[in-house]
Amino acid sequence: MNVIRTVLIAAAVLGAPLATAQTAPKLKVGLMLPASGTYAALGTAIENGFKLYVAEHGGKLAGREIEFAQVDDESDPAKATDNVNKLIKRDSVDVLVGSVHSGVAMAMAKVARDTGTPLIVPNAGAAAVTGSMCAPNIFRSSFSNWQPGYAMGEVMALKGYKSVVTITWKYAAGDESVGGFKDAFEKGGGKVIKELSLAFPDVEFQALLTEIAAAKPDAVYTFFAGGGAVKFVKDYAAAGLKKSTPLYGAGFLTDGTLEAQGADAEGLLTTLHYADDLGTPRDNAFRLAYAKAYQIQPDVYAVQGYDAAQMLAAGLTAVKGDLSKKAEFNAAIEKAKIDSPRGAFTLSRSHNPVQDIYLRKVVGKQNKLVGLASRALADPGLGCRM
Amino acid sequence: MDLGTFLIQCLNALQYGLLLFLVASGLTLIFGIMGVINLAHGSFYMIGAYMAYALAPWVTTTLGGGFFTTLLLGLVLAVLLGYVLEWLFFSYLYEREHLQQVLMTYGLILVFEELRSILVGDDVHGVSAPDWLSGTIALGSLMTYPVYRLFISAVCLLVALAMYLVLSRTRLGMAVRAGSVNREMAQSLGVNIGVLYRVVFAAGVALAVLAGMIAAPVSSVYPGMGGQVLIICFVVVVIGGIGSVRGAFVAALLVGFVDTFGKVFFQEAAGVLVYLMMAAILLWKPEGLFRQG
Amino acid sequence: MPNFVRPALVISIVVALAVFPLAAGKYEVDLIAKILVLAIFALSLELLVGQTGLVSFGHAAFFGLGAYTTALLLQDPDPRSFWLVMAAAMVVAALYALPVAALCLRTRGVYFIMVTLAFAQLVYYVFHDTKIAKGSDGIYLTGVPAISFAGWVPFDITKSLPFYYVALALLCAVYALLAMLERSRFGRALAGIRVNEQRMRAAGFATYPYKIAAFVIAAMLAGLAGFLKATKDGYVNPEMLAWHESGAVLLMIILGGLGKLRGAVLGAFAFVLLQEVFKNDAIFGEFAKRWQLLLGFTIIVCVLVLPHGLVGLPARLRRRERHDG
Repeated sequence: MNVIRTVLIAAAVLGAPLATAQTAPKLKVGLMLPASGTYAALGTAIENGFKLYVAEHGGKLAGREIEFAQVDDESDPAKATDNVNKLIKRDSVDVLVGSVHSGVAMAMAKVARDTGTPLIVPNAGAAAVTGSMCAPNIFRSSFSNWQPGYAMGEVMALKGYKSVVTITWKYAAGDESVGGFKDAFEKGGGKVIKELSLAFPDVEFQALLTEIAAAKPDAVYTFFAGGGAVKFVKDYAAAGLKKSTPLYGAGFLTDGTLEAQGADAEGLLTTLHYADDLGTPRDNAFRLAYAKAYQIQPDVYAVQGYDAAQMLAAGLTAVKGDLSKKAEFNAAIEKAKIDSPRGAFTLSRSHNPVQDIYLRKVVGKQNKLVGLASRALADPGLGCRM
Repeated sequence: MDLGTFLIQCLNALQYGLLLFLVASGLTLIFGIMGVINLAHGSFYMIGAYMAYALAPWVTTTLGGGFFTTLLLGLVLAVLLGYVLEWLFFSYLYEREHLQQVLMTYGLILVFEELRSILVGDDVHGVSAPDWLSGTIALGSLMTYPVYRLFISAVCLLVALAMYLVLSRTRLGMAVRAGSVNREMAQSLGVNIGVLYRVVFAAGVALAVLAGMIAAPVSSVYPGMGGQVLIICFVVVVIGGIGSVRGAFVAALLVGFVDTFGKVFFQEAAGVLVYLMMAAILLWKPEGLFRQG
Repeated sequence: MPNFVRPALVISIVVALAVFPLAAGKYEVDLIAKILVLAIFALSLELLVGQTGLVSFGHAAFFGLGAYTTALLLQDPDPRSFWLVMAAAMVVAALYALPVAALCLRTRGVYFIMVTLAFAQLVYYVFHDTKIAKGSDGIYLTGVPAISFAGWVPFDITKSLPFYYVALALLCAVYALLAMLERSRFGRALAGIRVNEQRMRAAGFATYPYKIAAFVIAAMLAGLAGFLKATKDGYVNPEMLAWHESGAVLLMIILGGLGKLRGAVLGAFAFVLLQEVFKNDAIFGEFAKRWQLLLGFTIIVCVLVLPHGLVGLPARLRRRERHDG
C-alpha cells in the first residue's frame, strides 16, 4: 500500500515540460500582469490586445523587433516592488507595461519614477498614478477611476434624480469612482444622501441592501468589479430593489460579468469608455482581428492593452526607435492622437486619456451603446506637478 | 433603525451565520476528531461551488436531472474525494506536528488553486438557482427577500439537526464524540480509529462541498473564494471550541450577527469587530465557548 | 563534527555573502538583499516559535508596524537619522507587543495561535480600512534614512550595494545576538518552557515574564526587519500585515527546520529561491505560469520526506548511507 501511495504522489509531481530558449532580443517590453487569481482574465486580455497590435505590425515597432518579458504580479502590492525590479534588473526591459491592480501599479510608478524607465499603465485607474506620482515617463492607456463616475453623475443629474445612495468597496478605486460621481451629480443639482461602503473584497451585501431599501433613494450609483459585481447585481435584483430603485454604475459592473449575471443585469445602464457595439470601422476591424487571433470577443481590457502598444509605437516612431532620446520619446506620446477602437483620444497634461465616455445598456449578453455620456472628458489630475 | 429594517437585518445575519456553520462544522469535526489543522478546507468550499457550475450542464443534458441531481452527484463526488484524499494524503499527517500539517495543507491549497485554474479557468461564473426556488417573498413594503436564501437557511438547519441526531443518538456519533475527547481511550475501547477518521474526513469534505454548492447561486463562483471563507471558518471554530459542533453553531451565528450589524453601524471598523469579539471571547474562555474534554 | 568546522562554516558563508555582490548582477544583489531582510524576520519568529514554543500566527503585525512607522516618519524629503528611525520602528513594535503578549499568553495551544492572529488582523484592518495611512493603497516614503557621522553621509542607503551590506551586517548582528541569547540563562529558560512548562513552574520558575520578554524581543526584531523592507522598497502597503505574510514567515521557519537558528535563515533562502526558480520561464517555459502547482507539490514532498525541515537533510542522508551500507 505504501509503495502505491508513494508512486501515485511521485507521478503527480512529474510532468513539467521544459522550455525552449528565446531568440533575437531587440526592444524588450516588460509585461507585469496578473496570471493567477481574480484578475487573471483581465491580465490575459490586456496581454492579448498588446500583442495583437505588435503582430499586426509584423512584430516590429518603429523598425525594432519587440521581445517580451513577463512577470505574474498576482495582484499583490506587497510583492510588486520585487516583481518590477525583476523586470528592470534581471530582464533589463526597456519599457514597462502594467498593471491591473492599483496597489501594484503604484509600486510600479515609484520604481519607474526613480529609474526613468517608461511605464504605460494599461488598466489601474488609481488617481495617484497620474496624480501625486505623475512623471514625464509615466502614461496611462486606460482610464482614471474618476472618469466613468463623473460621466454617470452628469447623466443621472440630467435624468432629474434628486437623491442617490452610493455603494462600493472601501478602497481607492471605489472611493475615486464615487468621488467622481458626486462631483458631477451634486454640481447638477442632486444630492448623495448616503454613502455606503464595505471592506474590499467582502461580498456579503445583504445588510447594506437593507439599508438602501430603508433609505428609499431615487436611484443608486455603484462601483464594483469582477466577482463582487456579479454578486451585487444578482443580490440587488433578488432584494426586489431592481424594480423599486434603478441601479446605475461604472461600466465594470457589467463588463466581463454578463454571462454570470444573466437576466438580473438586463437593462442596466452603465458608463465606460468602451461599448460592445460601437460599430465604427476602426472598432469593427479590431474586433474581427482579435476574434480571429484568440477565438473570443475582446473587451475593454483588450482595447486598453492594444492602445498601450499604440502609445509605445507613437513614441518609438518619433525617436526612430532610439529610446535614449527620453525627452523626445515622452513628448511624442504626450502629444499623440491615438486611433483607438474606442474612438480617438489624446492624453491630458498628467498623461491620462482624454476620451469620450459612453452610456451603455445591457441587452442580452452585450453592453449596447445608448449614447454619449461625456465628450472628451479629462481627469483633473489633482496633485500632479510635472 | 425601525423595527422592520431591524428584523430584516436579523434575517440577514441568521442566513449568513447558518451558511458559515455549514462550512465550519466540517472543519471543527476534522480538527477536533482527527487533530489535523486543514488549511485546505476553504478549497473544498470552492470545489463545491465550481462543481455546481461545471456539473450542472452535464447533468441536465446527460442525466436529465436538475438542481437536486447536481447536488446529489456533487455530494457523492465529495465523499469519494474525501475518502481518496484521506487515504493518499491526510493519513500521513496524523502523527505529524500541527506545524507540519499547516505546511502540507498550505501546499495543498496551492495545488487545488492551480488545478482549478487549469481545469476550469479563471473567469467568474454564475450558477442559477432552480426555477421553483427563484422567487422572492415580500417583507412588508420595504424590500423582497429571495426565497433561495430561505432555502439555504432551511438546508443548514436540517443539516444541523441531522448532525445533532447522529452525534447524540447513534453509535457512530458516540464513537465520534469519544474520539474527540480522548483518542487513545476510544481506540483502546475498541473503536476502529482508522475507519472512523476516514468517515469523519469524508463527512467534513462533504459538508464544505455542500455549502459551496448551495451557496453558489448567491455567492457566484470565482477564484479566491476559498481563501476568503477559510479565515472566517477558523475564527468560528476557535470561538465555538474545537471539536464542538454545538459550539460551531453558536459561534457561526455570533459571527453572522456581529458582521451584519457591524457593517450597518460601524462601516469603518466592521472588519475589526469579528476579531475583537474573538479576542474577547478567548480571553474570557481560553478554550472556546464549548470546549470538549 | 569537530569543534572548528561549525564556526568555520559560518564564517565562510558570511564571507561568501559579502563577496557575492562583486560577482553578481544588479538583480541578483537585490534578490539576496530581500532574502537577508526576510531572514531577519524569520529569525525573529524562530525565537518565539522554535526556541520558546509559542506559535504565533500574527507576527506580520510587528513587521508591518515597523514598516509603517518608518514610512510615516519619512514623509518629508529631509533625511532622518537611520538609527533613530530604526529605533522608533522597534519601539513601536514593542509597544504593541506588550499588551498583546499579556493578553494572548492567557491562552494556550491552538487558541494562542488564533488570538495572535486576531490581534494581527486588528492592526491590519486599522491600516487597511481607516485613513490613518491612506488605506489599502499604501504610502510612499519620500524621505530616506541616512547614516551620518557628525554630518558626513558616507553612502546612500537606498542604493543597492550600501543597502545590501547594511542588511548583511544587521543579519549577522541579529544572528549573533540570538545565538548568545540561546546559550544564556535566558535562552535555557525559554528552552525549558518549550519542552515542559509545567515542570518549570513546578520547580518554582516564574515562566510568565520570560514568555513576555521573548514575545517582545521577537516583535522588536520583526519591527527591525519591517524598517529594512520599507527602506528598501520605498513603499508600504497594508498587505504587509495580512495573515498571508504571517503564514509565509511561519512556513519559512518550518521549511528550514524549527529549533535551529540556521533553519530560519535557510528557510528564508529556500522559500524565496524556490519561487524564483518556479516562476522563471527560461527554465520552465509555459509551465512557469503554473508555478503555484510546482511550489505546492514541492512543499508537500519536502514535509513528507524531511519532517525536520531542510536542516535535517544532512542527517537524513547520513541515515540513508548507513542503511545502504
